Amino acid sequence: MQGGAERETDLMQPFGLSLTRALTTAAIGFTLALPLAAQAQQQAQAPAAGSFVETIRNRGTLVCAVNTGLAGFAQPDSQGVWRGFDADYCRAYAVAILGDPNKVRFVPTTAQNRFTALQSGEVDVMARNTTWTLSRDTSLGLNFAAVNFYDGQGFMVKQSLGVKSAKELDGATICVQPGTTTEQNLTDWARSNNIRFTPVVIERVEEVVGAYASGRCDAYTTDVSGLAATRSAQPNPEEHVILPEVISKEPLAPAVRQGDPRFEDVVRWVHFALVSAEELGITQANVGQMMNDPRPEVQRLLGRNGDLGKMLGLDDAWAANVIKAIGNYGEVFQRNLTPLGIQRGPNALWTKGGLQYSPPFR
Amino acid sequence: MGDVTQKIELGTSVAAVPEAPRSPPMATIGPIAWLRANLFSSWLSTAVTLLLLYLVIRWAVGLVDWGIINAVWSVPNNQTQACRELKGTGACWAVITEKHRFILFGTYPYEEQWRPLISILIFIGLFIVSAMRRFWRKELALIWIAALSAIGILMWGGVFGMPYVPQERWGGLVITLILATFGLAFAFPLSILVALGRRSQLPAIKVLCVLYVELIRGVPLISLLFMASVMFPLFLPEGMNIDKLLRAQIAIILFAGAYLAEVVRGGLQALPKGQYEAADALGLSYWQKTGLIVLPQALRLVIPPLVNTFIGFFKDTSLVLIIGIFDLLTAGKTAIIEPAWQGFGVEVYLTVGAIYFVFCFAMSKYSQSLEAELNRHRRR
Repeated sequence: MQGGAERETDLMQPFGLSLTRALTTAAIGFTLALPLAAQAQQQAQAPAAGSFVETIRNRGTLVCAVNTGLAGFAQPDSQGVWRGFDADYCRAYAVAILGDPNKVRFVPTTAQNRFTALQSGEVDVMARNTTWTLSRDTSLGLNFAAVNFYDGQGFMVKQSLGVKSAKELDGATICVQPGTTTEQNLTDWARSNNIRFTPVVIERVEEVVGAYASGRCDAYTTDVSGLAATRSAQPNPEEHVILPEVISKEPLAPAVRQGDPRFEDVVRWVHFALVSAEELGITQANVGQMMNDPRPEVQRLLGRNGDLGKMLGLDDAWAANVIKAIGNYGEVFQRNLTPLGIQRGPNALWTKGGLQYSPPFR
Repeated sequence: MGDVTQKIELGTSVAAVPEAPRSPPMATIGPIAWLRANLFSSWLSTAVTLLLLYLVIRWAVGLVDWGIINAVWSVPNNQTQACRELKGTGACWAVITEKHRFILFGTYPYEEQWRPLISILIFIGLFIVSAMRRFWRKELALIWIAALSAIGILMWGGVFGMPYVPQERWGGLVITLILATFGLAFAFPLSILVALGRRSQLPAIKVLCVLYVELIRGVPLISLLFMASVMFPLFLPEGMNIDKLLRAQIAIILFAGAYLAEVVRGGLQALPKGQYEAADALGLSYWQKTGLIVLPQALRLVIPPLVNTFIGFFKDTSLVLIIGIFDLLTAGKTAIIEPAWQGFGVEVYLTVGAIYFVFCFAMSKYSQSLEAELNRHRRR
C-alpha cells in the first residue's frame, strides 16, 4: 500500500509540468477576457513578506495539506484523528505559530490536487511526502523548506534466495509498478550495472505485492519506506530482506508558497529544531528539566537565552513548546515509522552516520 | 348482462359434475411439474441442474463458513493476529467493528458523530417521505428546504452549542448522500429547462443548451472534477476559496444535468405531435402547455432511463476520491491503510458494496412500482 502512494511523489512530476503549462496557457486566455485573471496572476506572487504568519495567527488555525492516506506518514485512525509523520509535522507548525497542536486543519490532498491546493491558498503548508526536485521547485510557484525524510528506491527479496546485494540480481524477475519513475529508475540502473532482468509490471499495489509474495518475482522494487511497510505487513517479516542498495534519491520535504520567506523560515526551522533537539538529547519527557541545562545551544534553542524566537516572529519558547507537544525528530520517527519496520538509515543524525543535520541555533 | 350470467351458469354446471372442486393433476401444474418441465426435461438438463445445484451449495457452504462460522467479529486494541491466523479461511469482520464509524462518518470529530448520523437519518426519512404519493404536494418543497437546512446546521454546527466542524472533516456515507441528493435535486430541474431549451424555437437559447449538453457530455466526470478542484481555484483572487465540496458538488450538478437533459428530451420527442397541437388549440400558453400537458406525459415515459441515470450518479459520486474528499468508498479504502488492518479489503469492500446496494436497489424497486402505477392507464 505504501509503495504505490509513495510513488505518487514522482508519478506526479510530468503531470505537474504539463499542468503548469496548461495553466499558463489558460491564464493567458483568461487575462484577455477577465479582470479576475489579473488577481490570479497576483496570487502567484503570494502575499507580502512577513504577513503570512500574522494571517495564520489572526485566523487561529493552520491549514496543512496531508496525504489522503499513507501508512506512517498521514492516515486517519479509527476515530478520524490524523496520525503519522507528516501529520505530526503539521502539529509542530501549529504549535510554533499558535502554541496549540490542535489548532490545525488537515486537508487531505491527492497527488493531482496537492500543488493547486498550495498555490491557490487553500492550504498554508504542505507536508505530504512530496519529493523535492528542481523542476517542482522552479516551475510550481512553491518552495521546499527542508528535507524531513530521505527516501529512495530499493529492492526486497526473500531471505531464502540468499541474495545479499542488488548486484546479484542478474537474470532475476522483478515486480514493479508501471507508469512511475520506479520503472524508469530500475531500467536505468540495470543498464548501467549490466544486469539483465525480467520485469513483471502490475498496476495495483496489492496485486504487485501479492505477486511478489506468491513467488512470481524474485524481487520487488519501490521506495524503501514502502518496502519496509510491505515487509512488516507480511505474515513472517523476517523471511524478507531489504537489500542495502538504494538506486534513486527521493528527498521528501514540506513545501510552502513562494514569496513569503518568513513563513518558509518557520517551516524550515521547526524541522531543524526537532533535529537539534534529538542531537542535544532533549525529549518530550525531559524538555522541562532541560530548560535549566547549562549548555548554551540548549539555552538558545529552548528560548532561555537570546531572542531567536523573535527573529522568526515567534515567541521565545516556540521550540520548547514544539518538543513538548510532539517530541524530537527521533521520537516522531520512532512513533510513526519504526512500527512499520522503517529503519533510520539515511535519516539518522549526522553524528550517527545519517543525513539529518541542523544548522546551528545561534 | 343476462346472457353472460346464463353462460357462466351453463359453464359451471358442465364443469361441476363432481361436487368438490378438484385440483389439477400434479404432473401438469404445481412446483413438481414446473421442476420437471424446466429443470429435468432431458438427461442433459438434469445433469446441468445437478451440477449447478452442487456448485451453488458448495459455494453457499463456503460463504457461510467464511462469513459466519470462521469469522472473527472483534479483536482487542488493534491486535489483528487472530484475524491473520485465519489465513483467509474466515472473514475478519473485526475490521468493520473497529472502523465502522470511520467508514460511515470519515474524519468527523469522534464525539460529534451523532450529528452526521442524524443527518443520514434525515436524508433517509426525506427519501421515504418523497417517495410516498400522498405527500406529493406543494408542502413537500418546504419539507425539503427544512430538512436540507437542518442537515446543514447539524453538519456545520457553530450554533445551539454545537462546535463548528469545517467541511474537510466531513466524510463517509453522509458525503455520498449529500453529493447524490443535492446533485440530483438541482440537476433534475436544470435538465428539464435545458431539454426544453434544446427544443426551443429561440436560436440563442437553443444554441446555448446544445453547447452546454455537448460540452459537458464530451468530457468525463473525472476531468470536470479536476477542473473544479485543480484549475478553478487558480482563477480566483487570493484569499478567496470556494469550498472544495461545493466545487465538486457544482461539477456533479452540471454533469448530471447534461445527461438528464438528454433523457428528458427523449421523453419530449416521444410525445405525439397531436398532444402539442391539442394544447395549442386549447389556447394554452407555452408554460401552461408544458406544465400541464407535455411534461407530465414526457416524464412518465422516461422513468426507467431517469432512474438508470440516478443510480449511475449515486455511484459516480465515489469519483470524488480523486480530489481528496472522503466519500463512503474512499473512507472504506482509507480505513484499511493502517498497517494493523492492511489486507482486510474484502470485508470492507463487501460492507461498502452492501450499503451502495441497499440504496440503489431501493431506487430501482421504487421506480418499478412508480412506473407501474403511473402507466396504469396504458395497460387498459
